[in-house]
Amino acid sequence: MNVTLHVWRQKNATSPGKMVKYEAKNISPDTSFLEMLDSVNQELIARDEDPIAFDHDCREGICGTCSLMINGLAHGPERATTTCQLHMRSFKDGDTIYIEPWRASAFPVLKDLVVDRGAFDRIIASGGYISVSTGSAPEANSVPVPKDASDLAMDAAACIACGACVAACPNASAMLFTAAKVSQLALLPQGQPERQRRVLDMVRQMDSEGFGHCTNIGECSTACPKEISMDFIAMLNREHLKATLSKK
Amino acid sequence: MASDTQTRPTSTDVGTRRSLDLQRTLDAKIPAGPLQDKWDTHRFKMKLVNPANKRKYTVLVVGSGLGGAAAAATMAELGYRVKCFCYQDSPRRAHSIAAQGGINAAKNYRNDGDSIFRLFYDTVKGGDFRAREANVYRLAQVSVNIIDQCVAQGVPFAREYGGLLDNRSFGGAQVSRTFYARGQTGQQLLLGAYQALQRQIGLGNVEMDTRTEMLDLVLVDGKAKGIITRDMVTGKIEAHAGDAVVLATGGYGNVFYLSTNAKGSNTTAIWRAHRKGAFFGNPCYTQIHPTCIPVSGEHQSKLTLMSESLRNDGRVWVPKRQGDTRPPHEIPESERDYYLERKYPSFGNLAPRDISSRSAKEVCDAGRGVGPGGLGVYLDFADAIKRLGVEKIRERYGNLFDMYQRITAENPYEVPMRIYPAVHYTMGGLWVDYNLMSTIPGLFVIGEANFSDHGANRLGASALMQGLADGYFILPLTIGDYLAQVKAGDFNLEGGEFRQTQAEVNQRTERLLGIKGKRSVDSFHRELGRVMWDECGMARNDQGLRRALARIPELRAEFWENVRVTGESNNINGELEKAGRVADFLELGELMCLDALHRVESCGGHFREESQTEEGEALRDDDRFAYVAAWEFKGLGEKPVLHREPLSFENVQLAQRSYK
Repeated sequence: MNVTLHVWRQKNATSPGKMVKYEAKNISPDTSFLEMLDSVNQELIARDEDPIAFDHDCREGICGTCSLMINGLAHGPERATTTCQLHMRSFKDGDTIYIEPWRASAFPVLKDLVVDRGAFDRIIASGGYISVSTGSAPEANSVPVPKDASDLAMDAAACIACGACVAACPNASAMLFTAAKVSQLALLPQGQPERQRRVLDMVRQMDSEGFGHCTNIGECSTACPKEISMDFIAMLNREHLKATLSKK
Repeated sequence: MASDTQTRPTSTDVGTRRSLDLQRTLDAKIPAGPLQDKWDTHRFKMKLVNPANKRKYTVLVVGSGLGGAAAAATMAELGYRVKCFCYQDSPRRAHSIAAQGGINAAKNYRNDGDSIFRLFYDTVKGGDFRAREANVYRLAQVSVNIIDQCVAQGVPFAREYGGLLDNRSFGGAQVSRTFYARGQTGQQLLLGAYQALQRQIGLGNVEMDTRTEMLDLVLVDGKAKGIITRDMVTGKIEAHAGDAVVLATGGYGNVFYLSTNAKGSNTTAIWRAHRKGAFFGNPCYTQIHPTCIPVSGEHQSKLTLMSESLRNDGRVWVPKRQGDTRPPHEIPESERDYYLERKYPSFGNLAPRDISSRSAKEVCDAGRGVGPGGLGVYLDFADAIKRLGVEKIRERYGNLFDMYQRITAENPYEVPMRIYPAVHYTMGGLWVDYNLMSTIPGLFVIGEANFSDHGANRLGASALMQGLADGYFILPLTIGDYLAQVKAGDFNLEGGEFRQTQAEVNQRTERLLGIKGKRSVDSFHRELGRVMWDECGMARNDQGLRRALARIPELRAEFWENVRVTGESNNINGELEKAGRVADFLELGELMCLDALHRVESCGGHFREESQTEEGEALRDDDRFAYVAAWEFKGLGEKPVLHREPLSFENVQLAQRSYK
């Protein structure tokens, strides 16, 4: 199959960017979306042009490195699918495909389709953990965790921090990402001692990174390749309110 | 090979050169005493750094997967100053994250007869008696602490209704000792370590450099004192100094081009250290995992693993007749060959990874493979669905079935999956002693990057265990013993060694960009991968390995004359990154073939066609090869020197593995 691509090209963080048109020819429908970009890049290299820069690593949907707005949708048209797991059979011969980087001021573009998601790491560093130094842990089965709580915590913990939630949100809010970690740890007995401090610190960090506010639109959850539920945002709001009110 | 092998390096020089060489002899430093007491005794005997002095020491940690993140966080907790580096945009993206199945620990929660000794024994046997007993026993000992640590961090392991931890049997083990978090155990364990690391970053105890790749190691007076890195955004080549360097950079399976590793996984850090004097242990030991999605065409950029747990319920088969192209449902029961059940009646579809992989290759080589190109076998769930119902199968494997369908567009509830073996893990790596220190003083190597613990074949759910054991519980202690013996801050970033190594890295980068040849980096990588897969893959023989040893240097020479690396050095440049890595793979591949050629026995993942039983099973030669092969770099184009670390087994009986 043949497709026409319009790709965001931007030399570096400070240069202006623009959409550039490319033709991807003789692509097998079994090719993954990133392999299609690989083949376009091989042609660019053959013409001695700079290949398109995009983030990717595991190519099996778990590391969270890949991104891309594909025809305006984070990770493209398939539900619960990262860009690296998207295949060309989801498109038709002759399609025109627009490819852009994640769009959020808290995720500045570094080059072409590559953005800086360091804000997520800083949100985790502000409190997204349980303080337990190596060696100090009690026997693993000494604290039972109800299966329901554990399963729900796992649902939240499935987040891969790709940033699709931010990119899909009209406000560029990072609520779903932050909520997933706050909820996971709040659901577990091990997370209780730091529960209130954690949510306050993480939300404060999130706000300071320049993410927008949440207005409960729900694009985040729809775009999420791991289908993290909006319920966790409700849980975050509840946690934050409780912590704010009980704080002396 | 006898003429160019020796047990310890000789030195023609006197003075510093000589003392350096003496440090490079293969002393594994295994503590004396009974197996059970070695680690305890050693912990007591090791020197300690005074708590108030720890902050004066800087440790550089390269890599942020299970080993690197755990080690960086733990050393920071102990009070050391830590600098950590990863090539990914966040430490949370290291490839440990992709591990699916689980992590072993000798908790014996199931009361099914597990013990530290049994986990130790299974690991030594599974590794086909090519691992060091003392290391493996220590691994089994600390395995129980890992689970405690991870649970306390909030890792959401699977639980039973009573709220206690669930276990499953995995990879053919006869006890249930595997802890898991759905099909994402690696992800959850890594996030636990990542969060511990982020906590230390937030506290200012760890300086983290992301999108930063180590390109060389700096030695001062023969000791590891620093690294040279490239900032992958600005292109800046920088020197970093420390009192010790820890490499936690993972495996080198991408030498085969197609593997289940992440695209960025590479050998550069350990290969550069090897060139600087770190011996490379058992480079040819490669694990080829039996249950991966087959290659679909030339465009393929990587392979995807399907968890081994699928073999608990799926049945592996191919048509009995060669070239049978009928769709699977039209092939009657009587014309199917369930070859694993036929050949290994007691283990059946759960035969160990190396054996299952080789059997798949055999039937495909015999022209009975299925799917495009005939490189695939069926993994059929029809019987399991009949027996247990679709819902039960969906509950057990739903996410894996979805992933398979996403990639292949086939519905495994209705048609059998097609699977084929793929390169998955490298048991080989830099040689380390009991303290996890390489032959370069001050250079420590942990996780998949070192050679230890798994022998010639790794058991399922043991990689996560080893990475975290090294990172949380072993290295942070053993490195103290080394640091206590060196003066803190005894390095000078402006010194000659740093400047010179930095200049060499700069030159190499400019040279790669300056070749301006005709062939892309990927085309060289693909060709190397094809050579390695054909000649140094699931089955190896003298003739093929010699062919590879002739071809790889030619390919390497062509690379340095004809590779095309586009773009600039002072910007994000994926081609330049790949070129540096492929240049190193082109050297490593040759060493792997040389190691495979010299080891004229079959053991674990290393199958030499010349060494097999009448039934075609791997045949070890313990009299000649019960040793670790540790290779010393002598210059490109020069024959590396083989050093042998003899393996003695005092607590297990050497036996031919049998899964019949």
